[in-house]
Amino acid sequence: MSNIRKAFENGKAFLPFITCGDPDLGTTAAVVRAAAENGADLIELGIPFSDPTAEGPVIQSANVRALQGGVTIDKIFDMVKDLRKDVTVPFVFMTYANVVYSYGAEKFLSACKDLSVDGLILPDLPFEEKEEFLPVCRQYGVDLISLIAPTSKDRIAMIAKEAEGFLYIVSSLGVTGTRSEITTDLASIIRVVREATDLPCAIGFGISTPTQAKEMADLSDGAIVGSAIVRLLETYGKDAAPHVGAFVKEMKDALR
Amino acid sequence: MTNPNGRFGAHGGQYIPETLMNAVIELEQAYLKLKDDPEFQKELTALFNDYAGRPSRLYYAEKMTKDLGGAKIYLKREDLNHTGAHKINNVLGQALLAKKMGKTRLIAETGAGQHGVATATAATLMGMECVVFMGEEDTIRQALNVYRMRLLGAEVIPVKSGTATLKDAVSEAMREWSSRMDDTHYCLGSVMGPHPFPTIVRDFQAVISKEIKAQMLEKEGKLPDAVIACVGGGSNAIGSFYHFIEDKSVRLIGCEAAGRGVHTAETAATIATGREGIFHGMKSYFCQDDDGQIAPVYSISAGLDYPGIGPEHAYLHDTGRAEYVPVTDEEAVEAFEYLARTEGIIPAIESAHAVAYARQIAPQMKPEQTIVITISGRGDKDCAAIARYRGEDIHE
Repeated sequence: MSNIRKAFENGKAFLPFITCGDPDLGTTAAVVRAAAENGADLIELGIPFSDPTAEGPVIQSANVRALQGGVTIDKIFDMVKDLRKDVTVPFVFMTYANVVYSYGAEKFLSACKDLSVDGLILPDLPFEEKEEFLPVCRQYGVDLISLIAPTSKDRIAMIAKEAEGFLYIVSSLGVTGTRSEITTDLASIIRVVREATDLPCAIGFGISTPTQAKEMADLSDGAIVGSAIVRLLETYGKDAAPHVGAFVKEMKDALR
Repeated sequence: MTNPNGRFGAHGGQYIPETLMNAVIELEQAYLKLKDDPEFQKELTALFNDYAGRPSRLYYAEKMTKDLGGAKIYLKREDLNHTGAHKINNVLGQALLAKKMGKTRLIAETGAGQHGVATATAATLMGMECVVFMGEEDTIRQALNVYRMRLLGAEVIPVKSGTATLKDAVSEAMREWSSRMDDTHYCLGSVMGPHPFPTIVRDFQAVISKEIKAQMLEKEGKLPDAVIACVGGGSNAIGSFYHFIEDKSVRLIGCEAAGRGVHTAETAATIATGREGIFHGMKSYFCQDDDGQIAPVYSISAGLDYPGIGPEHAYLHDTGRAEYVPVTDEEAVEAFEYLARTEGIIPAIESAHAVAYARQIAPQMKPEQTIVITISGRGDKDCAAIARYRGEDIHE
C-alpha cells in the first residue's frame, strides 16, 4: 500500500498545506513537526514560486516572504531530509511546473524518492500535459496528483480513471483562499469520481473552519487546508508552530 | 489530444489549472467553427476596414532611406489604426468571437496600456463590460492610457503583486478568469498563454503580413528582403512575419527589449538571456533564475517588459527561420527621436526598438534591397517618459 493511501486509513484525513521557507526553513520544520504531532495525516509542502497563478493573496504573500528569505529548492530538500529523521507522516510537494522543469524533472523526482516524498501536485499541469512529468514520476515511484475542478464536468471520469495517489477536488472557482461558503455541488462530482476510481479524494480550496472541514470530509475522504494555516504564519511568524499545532488538532478532532 | 495544433515544435501547450481547461476547450471549438465562417469573416473585415481604418498604409520612408544610404525602407503604419496600435486587430477578432460565444464581459491584461485601450474600445463598441488588469507600476508610467480606458467605460484594476508590471497583470487576469468564465472572455493581448491563444491572436494579427505582401508586390513588384518588428510577447512581430514564413528569401527579425543591456540584470531580452521553461500556460523561453523563479525584467518600454516570448517565436528561433536581436533602451530612445525628426513620425517606444535595428542593418544592404519595419503603435503615450529619460520633467 502506498504511503498516500495510508494517510486515508485513519478516519477522515486532514491535509494541511505549508509554504516552505515562510518566514524561514527553521520555522517551517517546527510547523511541520507540530502539524504531524497533532494529527495531520498528510502534509503538503509548498515549494515557493515567484508567480503562483493558482493562488490567492494569502499564499501569494507567503511565496514572496519565503523567496525574500532566500529559500531554494536545495535548502528545502535539506530541511525535508532532516525532518525525515523523526517525522514519518506522508509528504507531498506542491509547486508549479516551471520549478520542477527548471530543476530538471529527473533530478527533482529522484530527490523526492530519496526524501520519501510520495506525491507531487502541480496546479498548472492539467491532464493534457501530464506526460511532461508522468514517466519520470513513475520511474521514481512518486504519485502525480490530479486535480478536479467545479468546471471539469465531462472531464471528471477521464481524469479520475488515470489518477494516482489521491484526487484533489477543488471546491470552488477561482484561486486558493478562505471562503465563507462553498456552493459547488461537490456530491455530484464525487459520485462520478467514485464510479471511475477507488482512490481516496480530498477537498481543498476555501476551507478554514472545523465546521467546513467536517462538511467537506463528510462528502469525501478528507479536507485540505492551506490559506488558513498560512494566515497563522503571517500572524505569528517564527512563533507560529504551537498555533498551527492547535489549529491542526482542532481540525482533526472535528473530522474524527 | 484535444490540442493537436497547440504545439510549435516543443513549445506551446496548455499548462493551466484544471479549472480553466473547459474554458480554453470551449474557446478552441468556437474559434474552429467560426474562423472559416464567411459571415464571421465578413463582419470582421467590416470592423477592420470601417472601424479600425484598415488596410494600414505601407509608407516609403524616403528621407530615412537616403539618410541611411542602403536598403530602401518602408514603414508598415499600424500606428495609424484606430486606438493607435496593432492591438486593435486582435481585439476586434476576439471580441467578435466572444460575442458569438454569448459572453458579455471582457477581461484583459495590459502593459503599456495599448491592449487595454483596444479592449475597452471593442467592449464599448459591442456593448460588453470590460475590466483591465494593469501593473501598478505601469499605471504610473502610462497614466494617460489609464484615463483613456476609464473614459471608454472600462474598470482598470492596478495589480500590486510581484513586480507590478505586465507579467503580474497576466497572472491576475488568469486568476480572475478562473473565478468567472460563464459570462467572461479573457481577451489575451499577445501570441502567448495557453493554446488556443497563440494561434488565435496570430491569425487575427496576420492581416499585417498579408497586407505587407500585397502592398510590396504592388509598390516594388517583389517581396521585401527583411521584415523587422519589435517583440515582447510577440503579436505584432508574428503578424508581420506570418505570411512570409514560407518565403525563405525574406529575413524575419524580431527586436527584443534589452533594457540597460543583455549583460545586466535590467533586461527583458528573453531569447538573448532566457532559457526554456513553463509559465503562463505555455512552454517557451523565459527570463528566470537558477531555481526557475521568473525574473523581474526591465525595459523602458512597458509593452515589451515581459519575461517570456510567444511559443511560435520560440519555435522560429529554434529552427533559425527568424532572428531575434536585443536592442537597448538608449538605442530605442535614439530611434524614437530619429524617426520623429527624419520622417515626422513619432513611433511607440516599443516600435522604436525595430527602427533602431533597421538603422544598424540598412546601411549594410544594397539600394535595390528593401526593409519593412512595422511601426506597431504611435508614440504619443511615451513622450512624457522619454522626456524624463532625457532629463526633462514634463507632466501630462
